[in-house]
Amino acid sequence: MIYLQLFLTFLKIGLFCFGGGYAMLSLIQDEVVGHHGWLTMQEFSDIVAISQMTPGPIAINTATYVGYTSSGGNILGSVMATLALIIPSVVLMILVSRFIIKYRENQTVQGIFRAIRPVVVGLIASAVLVMATPENFVDFRSYLLFSLAFLAAYFYKVHPILLMFLGGVAGFLMY
Amino acid sequence: MYWDLFKVFFRIGAFTIGGGLAMLPLIEADVVNRKKWITKEDFTDLLAATQTLPGVIAINIAVGVGYRLKGLKGALTAVAGAVIAPFFAILALALFFKSFRDNPVVERIFLGMRPVVVALIAVPVITTMRAIGLTVVTGFIAASSAMLIWLFGVSPVWVILAAGLGGYLWYRFDKYRNRRKGL
Repeated sequence: MIYLQLFLTFLKIGLFCFGGGYAMLSLIQDEVVGHHGWLTMQEFSDIVAISQMTPGPIAINTATYVGYTSSGGNILGSVMATLALIIPSVVLMILVSRFIIKYRENQTVQGIFRAIRPVVVGLIASAVLVMATPENFVDFRSYLLFSLAFLAAYFYKVHPILLMFLGGVAGFLMY
Repeated sequence: MYWDLFKVFFRIGAFTIGGGLAMLPLIEADVVNRKKWITKEDFTDLLAATQTLPGVIAINIAVGVGYRLKGLKGALTAVAGAVIAPFFAILALALFFKSFRDNPVVERIFLGMRPVVVALIAVPVITTMRAIGLTVVTGFIAASSAMLIWLFGVSPVWVILAAGLGGYLWYRFDKYRNRRKGL
């Protein structure tokens, strides 16, 4: 019953992956490569590479891909894996949103969020640091693109999608 | 409104390369700046919530924004929008993956895009800090949590929970002090 297995495995991944993105990779690898052997390590690395290049979060990309290949090329496998991954997010976020909306004006909740807000800044900053790898910054041209994109987004509020498109064009022309 | 919500998150799903926090600047540009559906402050609180919970960050944000605007139906609409493009993109890729990945033109385009993605995540570091108000205390909390996660590999969950507890104690302490002053 590959579909049930896919569903339960990705439900588990969705439920226990904290931090998102790169933080999720080790758990996904453990389940998909180590436990179930749905992918080889090489295939898994390829998936990580694809999700760098294709739209969407890494975890969703992996779920869709693994669901497809492990069920012998059936879209139903993709659907099951992707749905299972999303379900915990939807349920938990709705519960938390309810709580936040209801208690937003509460003094104690205000006090808690006053301390958490700067941490969010730290989280985003750590994502920048984690992504500043040699694979993403190959030479001085990368730094040039980084600086230009930063200035354009910060001072001129140029839309991110336009900037990524321009970055792609610049990469095509420069390399 | 539902159609709008779907469109916005469809775009976000379709144009986020790299996933995770890379989606953040896109979501903020559309949801906070362009559509003005929620304020920057609410958005920051939502981010804190999404980071404390398990799951895919971008999906968590989609649920949070959708729910805030239109309840359960809004949440499902936003999630559907965010998932559809990545889903079909990967499915298409699974069919002719090898030839795509080894394509030199694709590789050149991505060489240019990757630093831009990092720059786009760097911007909200500053804008969010300014929205909160940079003081010695907030600056210290932000910098030390970034270091804990980046250098020491501490899970963001613990950092957020610790900050929440710290905020709670700080609030109780303030209240206690004010009461004593009142007497």
